[in-house]
Amino acid sequence: MSTAVRGRGAQHTLLRFLARRAVTSIILLFGIVLVTFSLTVIVPGDPVRAALGEGASSNPATVAAFREKYGLDQPVWIRFFRYVGNLLHGDLGTSMTTGRPISADLAKAVPATAEIALYAVIVSFAVAVVLGTLAAYRRGKVTDEVIRVVTLVGLSVPTFWMAILTYQLFFMQLHWVSGSGRISPTLTPPPTVTGFYTIDYMLNGDSVGFFDAVGHLALPVLVLSLFTIATLTRFVRTSVLEVLDMDYARAARAKGLSGRRVVVGYVLRGAALPILTLVGIAFGSLLSGTVLVEAVFAWPGLGTYAYNASKNLDLLAVTGVGLIVGVIYLVINLVVDVLYGVLDPRVRLS
Amino acid sequence: MSALSINDLRVELGKDKSHRTEVVKGISLELVPGRIHGLAGESGSGKSMTALAVLGLLPAGGIVRGSIVLRGETELVGLKPKAYRAIRGNRIAMVFQDPSASLHPQITVGAQIIDGMRAHLRLNRADARRRAAELLALVRVPDAEAALTKYPHQFSGGQRQRIAIAIALACDPDVLLADEPTTALDVTVQAGILHLLRDLAVERDLAILLVTHDLGVMSAVADDVSVMRHGRIVESGPRRRIFTDPRHPYTQELLAAMPDARESLVDASPVTTTTDSEERG
Amino acid sequence: MNLIVPEKLAPRRRRALLPRAWRSPLAVAGTVVALGWIVVAVLAPWIAPHDPLAQDLPRLAPPSADAIMGTDGTGRDVFSRLVYGAQTTIPLALMLVVCAMIIGTVVGALAGYLGGWVDEVLMRVTDMVMAFPTVILAMVIAASLGPSILNAVIAGIIVAWPPYARITRSLVLGLRTQNYVIAGRLLGSSPLRSLLRDVLPNIAGPVLVLASLDIGTAILLLSGLSFLGLGAQPPTAEWGTMIASAVQNTSAWWLGLFPGLAILTVVMAFNFIGDSLRDVLDPLAAREREAESPTAVSAAAAEVAP
Repeated sequence: MSTAVRGRGAQHTLLRFLARRAVTSIILLFGIVLVTFSLTVIVPGDPVRAALGEGASSNPATVAAFREKYGLDQPVWIRFFRYVGNLLHGDLGTSMTTGRPISADLAKAVPATAEIALYAVIVSFAVAVVLGTLAAYRRGKVTDEVIRVVTLVGLSVPTFWMAILTYQLFFMQLHWVSGSGRISPTLTPPPTVTGFYTIDYMLNGDSVGFFDAVGHLALPVLVLSLFTIATLTRFVRTSVLEVLDMDYARAARAKGLSGRRVVVGYVLRGAALPILTLVGIAFGSLLSGTVLVEAVFAWPGLGTYAYNASKNLDLLAVTGVGLIVGVIYLVINLVVDVLYGVLDPRVRLS
Repeated sequence: MSALSINDLRVELGKDKSHRTEVVKGISLELVPGRIHGLAGESGSGKSMTALAVLGLLPAGGIVRGSIVLRGETELVGLKPKAYRAIRGNRIAMVFQDPSASLHPQITVGAQIIDGMRAHLRLNRADARRRAAELLALVRVPDAEAALTKYPHQFSGGQRQRIAIAIALACDPDVLLADEPTTALDVTVQAGILHLLRDLAVERDLAILLVTHDLGVMSAVADDVSVMRHGRIVESGPRRRIFTDPRHPYTQELLAAMPDARESLVDASPVTTTTDSEERG
Repeated sequence: MNLIVPEKLAPRRRRALLPRAWRSPLAVAGTVVALGWIVVAVLAPWIAPHDPLAQDLPRLAPPSADAIMGTDGTGRDVFSRLVYGAQTTIPLALMLVVCAMIIGTVVGALAGYLGGWVDEVLMRVTDMVMAFPTVILAMVIAASLGPSILNAVIAGIIVAWPPYARITRSLVLGLRTQNYVIAGRLLGSSPLRSLLRDVLPNIAGPVLVLASLDIGTAILLLSGLSFLGLGAQPPTAEWGTMIASAVQNTSAWWLGLFPGLAILTVVMAFNFIGDSLRDVLDPLAAREREAESPTAVSAAAAEVAP
């Protein structure tokens, strides 16, 4: 494909688009904070009892002191405004369970989960595109049916079960991959640059650490990818089928281009955008699966954090998690929209 | 000398063994360089399938029988895929009905022209660009150089079809198949495209097969006309004769349904002399 | 007064379409397995050889003649617990989906039919709930309500209804402008009657497809929450909690394998059914499955990899 004749001159339209999105995003963020905070307020359980346990909460003095410390004795709106005020300073409050600033907790937890999610998305995307395109091209034939059944099975497997099975098989029996946690107990984590152990080890030139981190990542990524591949493949297949029906695919063949050229340069290019939007949604289901996977592999990520916070009714921490998840969603949607503009000239140049 | 010689062409479609239908039932026609051969018929007559069969682009399960000979040398029926690919876009090119659909919305116009070129001709980037600009100028797209970097949606419908024609001409083919090239366009724009096709035929010694259900289109530019019905050619002959003295009842029916205004166009083009063919089927 | 609503104007989905779904071997297999499990759930007390709560067997014993799926850490028969587990999970999952479906369709229908600010508000709420990762949201709700299987179901319902609302709304919006609906209203049907006679039968298809696919998701969610300790509480026999016990006793492979297979087969069965239903009832998906219109590009496929 000749790149010499690429369109130009749409840079500042892109910037304006970004600026507009930034403003809407901030408004949305506020909405998310409002909603998550409200959720924690209407919780029927008593956070004090959950945090202190039955014994301590029968002592009124302890309870009062606790409430005062965490500001639970104030009316709701005062708490909300105090919260927002603190937010603007980057302070998300202190966790009732860990005793540490929530922002610090999240700063460690989010990259741990993001690392799995990122690799899972890359793997899922690659596999799904191949399988989905194959199924589309072999529509109605045996390959298509097989892929269809495989995806249905993939959608049916309980993630946590898969996690345990693979753990027992690949770690305990075969010793192919490493055990639970992000790295082996004997190693020290790399100096934090991105929070991604793989990248940070690489930046530090530590190959031992790098491969160890990879070994620990293998299973969580594999398990998490399974479900995503199953959903994505079906969608890729539909997108490719729609494109195949389009005249431009036929016209490309009429030009005498090779099959491969038609597939990559024309068909996949046409299907890329719809598939891209789905990647954004796939992130959502990935974050869900994360909770279960992290529980099995003792991964210190967002899922585990959210689980502990929920269980202990650590309201501020839960709000913090909600906030972070909302931010992640916003960022992903923003990136997808920008990519949409980049990839589709009809959007870009309107 | 015929550019394309179709003899007793049969096309059979069907996805599995139990549902096979013959959509083209033994047709024959000749394409001559510099002349436009119009293939007329209603939808379902098999005319589009004929064009697709020539290029070997039938749907899965399609079978072609008979003979299609290119320039008196190459038999296309039964040709190996690789050899066929070398011919598509190169010796035989096609223009489709809706340019909004046949041009890829996300690839620049220039790239889509050069694509086909680079597949068959040995050209470096700069030469390819230059040639692409020339082609656009040839099909009368204004400001050809700038047009190369634009995208299809930035052009009007008529211009898009011209671009499609430019793409088809990229490798200077001997035969051009045009499947309902004006059907998706405004009436006001149609004439321009048709005259362009006629000029190209004459100037470049190009043999054109013009498939259409619109007899008005046929009367404007076709030199020879074949009328198809249910997979067979019912009547064939020079345009003037077909329009002034139709012999087959079906042809007469079609002509009767045509608005009168178009008939005046019949006299606009030069008279041609070919032998009448007898009713087939 | 007689209201003559012309029957001919209202296209109803023909019942004859339903049997077509069962021509696919997958659908048949799925139905058989699903029915099988439902039978197991109903007949659990007669099928299970042991009391699922009785701790009278040797602990952590591998599968044997006495206990064909082995025993767990407190001496309970895994097979019996498995069978009773079906009784726990399947009815609750079905209930979850039915409730979510009802809530969702009502919300969606109201939004679509009434429009205006009602539509705006309802859809904003729907979007917000839908935007959150389901498991995390369910987890938070279940935790805050207190860990119990019923609360897990409630959490599941809250998480599951939005897609129904979305799809119902768009269907209703599309149908509202259909001629036969307008004709019905012109002839005097009340909004409610119009809704019931003309609109609902045509919504049924896609909604049912969604529901059938959702059953599997519900089962996965419920067992997932139980796995985390937020659903069924000990000593209730539930597949998720059984798998949780396998995390500590990694050498006792039978603890995790059988419940997992149970979940897998049930969910698979419902997914097969749902997928086949989608082919029949959802026109969009069906259109692409029928390769009736010849496309020249299918031949491109043949060329790419002969």
